Amino acid sequence: MLKQKLADVFNEPGCEKNQAKSDKDRKKGCTVKGLTPGAAAGGCAFDGAKIALQPVVDAAHIVHGPIACEGNAWDNRHAASSGPELYRMGFTTDMSELDVIYGGEKKLWKAIKEVIAKYDPPAIFVYQTCVPALIGDDVIKVCATAAEKFGKPVIPVNAPGFAGSKNLGNKLAGETLLDYVIGTEEPDDARPTDINLIGEYNLVGELWQITPLFDELGIRIRAGITGDARYHDVACSHRAAVNMLLCGQAMMNVARKMEERWGIPYFEGSFYGIEDTSASLRTIARLCVQQGADADLIERTEALIAREEARCWERIRSFTPRLQGKKVLLYTGGHKSWSVISALQEMGMEVVKSSVRKATDSDKSKALELMDGDAEALVGAIPNPEMYRMLRAGEADIMLSGGRTQFVALKARTAWLDINQERNYAYAGYDGMVELVRQMDKAVNNPVWQRVRRPAPWDADFTGFDA
Amino acid sequence: MTIYPPANVLVQKKACSVNPLKSSAPLGAAMAFMGMDRCQPLFHGSQGCTAFGLVLLVRHFKEAIPFQTTAMNEITTILGGIDNVEQALVNVAKRAKPALIGICSTGLTETRGEDVAPELRLIRQRNPELQNTAVVYASTPDYVGGMQEGWAKAVSAIIEAFVPARNQAAPLTPIRGQVNILAGVHLTAGDLEELREITDAFGLEAIILPDLSGSLDGHVPDTYCGTSYGGTSLEDVACMGASVATLAFGEHMRKPAEDLEAKTGVPSRLVLNATGIEGCDRLMVMLSEISGRPIPPRFRRQRSQLVDAMLDAHFHFGGKTVVMAAEPDLLLAYSTLFNDLGAVIPLAVSTVSTPSLQRVPAATVQIGDLEDLELGAKEHHADLLVTHSHGRQASARTGIPLYRVGFPQFDRLGSAHRATLGYRASRDIVFEVGNLFIEAMPNHLLRHGHDEHGDHSVHHEGACGCPGTLEASHGCSHSASC
Ligand code: SF4
Repeated sequence: MLKQKLADVFNEPGCEKNQAKSDKDRKKGCTVKGLTPGAAAGGCAFDGAKIALQPVVDAAHIVHGPIACEGNAWDNRHAASSGPELYRMGFTTDMSELDVIYGGEKKLWKAIKEVIAKYDPPAIFVYQTCVPALIGDDVIKVCATAAEKFGKPVIPVNAPGFAGSKNLGNKLAGETLLDYVIGTEEPDDARPTDINLIGEYNLVGELWQITPLFDELGIRIRAGITGDARYHDVACSHRAAVNMLLCGQAMMNVARKMEERWGIPYFEGSFYGIEDTSASLRTIARLCVQQGADADLIERTEALIAREEARCWERIRSFTPRLQGKKVLLYTGGHKSWSVISALQEMGMEVVKSSVRKATDSDKSKALELMDGDAEALVGAIPNPEMYRMLRAGEADIMLSGGRTQFVALKARTAWLDINQERNYAYAGYDGMVELVRQMDKAVNNPVWQRVRRPAPWDADFTGFDA
Repeated sequence: MTIYPPANVLVQKKACSVNPLKSSAPLGAAMAFMGMDRCQPLFHGSQGCTAFGLVLLVRHFKEAIPFQTTAMNEITTILGGIDNVEQALVNVAKRAKPALIGICSTGLTETRGEDVAPELRLIRQRNPELQNTAVVYASTPDYVGGMQEGWAKAVSAIIEAFVPARNQAAPLTPIRGQVNILAGVHLTAGDLEELREITDAFGLEAIILPDLSGSLDGHVPDTYCGTSYGGTSLEDVACMGASVATLAFGEHMRKPAEDLEAKTGVPSRLVLNATGIEGCDRLMVMLSEISGRPIPPRFRRQRSQLVDAMLDAHFHFGGKTVVMAAEPDLLLAYSTLFNDLGAVIPLAVSTVSTPSLQRVPAATVQIGDLEDLELGAKEHHADLLVTHSHGRQASARTGIPLYRVGFPQFDRLGSAHRATLGYRASRDIVFEVGNLFIEAMPNHLLRHGHDEHGDHSVHHEGACGCPGTLEASHGCSHSASC
């Protein structure tokens, strides 16, 4: 079962990268190339699946496995809910040694029963993990029996950690939705302005930076797949008019198969950065009209974009006096980093280096253009010691990066802003870009840097106190 | 103070743990390895376990955590993962040049029944790159115990690997004043600093194993460092046989202490609890006996301060209903202190059944999760929840305040520095919790009632016990009625 699924998700025809590969490479899959022993670890497939499904906020999410998988990780994801809180609770079979010896299926069955009796959720997602997968617990069978017995959806998520990376887990989560959820209920209020956002998880509530724009245009989010989602909405999501696929290619399979099965057109877009937000809104409007929405939607969208862009740039420029001349080290995967670069330059900030580790060629050339062709400013991976040296030497005033390098910056006593997943602020849409700038101002202009960088009285370079 | 018979420890009957209290054993082991100098903890398992553990530690300590993984997948698990271990060791040794690599196994590798320890010698022989890096292996399946158990196994493994066995023919000459301290997972970096000050004051030189106060005490090193930066050095570990005594903190350190004693002959004593007045007293007496010195004056003063704190605070603790959830040894520490002050503990939840739980002064001790805590809180109309940060959901749902203790505390700063051990830390806890109770008091009581009790006994002057001159100092704002 799992093997088949793996072959299936690896062979994603909608994926550009995959299409460029030879047959042999394609068989190898896109993620198993994987990890070197002794390297720092990323999340496992189970983690990826949970990230992708847990935002179904009214469902219960049971993790079948020993304590490691849920005990160390529950309530650590920042997907936000506008209502139910059940998704934040940690449910796990917490397998003991005896369960490992005698098999955990019975315990899982009882766990499902208990959760239904106590919390009566509209649906339960059951996550397979490494140890029960290794001893052959048949989660799919247990779920099928439970669904029948209890008369509600009990959905097996067969993405044990050792199957691969977080990214693979996202895809397997998508397959799960296609196999068990999407299309299983019918809405009674379908409209040509209903859209799904696929691969959007409402992290730190950033969906809500976009929804006012949709509201104004009369566009309705049928389902976030799965940001701030209710189970029922995802089950009905096959009646949406348009699918927008966010966040790289992780849930490409969902968008493509929904097009195949229900004829829903999809496009890939993003709400990070001004240009992308506008482009996404435009495409949504165009596709909705194509699906039967009133043609004036396009004009209204253009008007909204013009107004919001102007307002956004104006607000960003208001930070110029505080940010002009500040030096930035931009250390992201490089995907769409040009859009951040252009905003930084708008305020007169200087991007000293920008990493392009995972950037596409078109990302790279756009970035290069913005950096006036300075190829040396576009770098690959910077090893931590070198990054520390740069920051300690003051080559940048602030680093924008993901959580992994947070302490390299802080220990080098340099301002740092998280622009990846585990951040505390939402940066989506026009408001998000302004928020990013505001956070940057707050970080880099904090007087703390002067204080903590001063030598101690016993240091050789101590030059006395201020007058 | 309620005197309870040995606690009735109820086993878990639920199949589904809801809102887990427990973190995993390998995580406990890896955290213990973080207390070793220039160490690189390595999880032998699939990448996810490492990533989760790492994130949780980063959120708690707000420090870089250099965990690595042997990156097992389904195939390597079935075929056996020794090759992965070997590659990982070589890669880590080359890149980070650690003094020590501490391997902990996981549920995945243990299910297959892989024993790495005997292979390590062969791996070392094959790879000269490992010459300057020591390696130790702790077997910590995820499905046995929690952090406490994993931590203890790592400490035992370190003792087994690096403490030289006593040479019967030529035993080491004991170094006067040198003691070993086996620190349990319930002690924070702040506790270990406190402990070092205390032992110093007795003229004792302590080797603390493991020593998180060297590595995870949140300091800013002068250069970039890819391993743990600070902690117990292997040289110190090698000297443990020359100590005059070993003090093991927490019941879960009993086994490591026995291992150490068996290997070196250094006599060991168990400090079950060093929080609250009795535990501290016992510690003082122990140190006085070992050092042959009287208890220094500063601790007599600190004890007196603790007594005074208890006098002032008992008004607020008395009759309060508190439910708590923690690993056994931490639970014992806090429950004892709360019980000393008259709080009633109808329910205490813990992770595994150990002898410590017998001593917990609670009506019921349940092996369970935070759902048990939440239901108990509602049933008993609790005034306070005591557990780690994951209790925040229960607190929000029930409206009962949460006092955060133990690991993880991802929504607070400085958790590594909060101490629980000794008179001074006990005094601070009494104040912190007492203030929480005061804060939760209805306003009319605050103005006329309990919060001034402490003053009633001393200055019984005004009708409400509130002499005008003291107003400012104790925040009484109803001068009109005085
Ligand atoms: S790698 Fe396997 S055992 Fe580890 S957290 Fe992921 S699913 Fe659980």
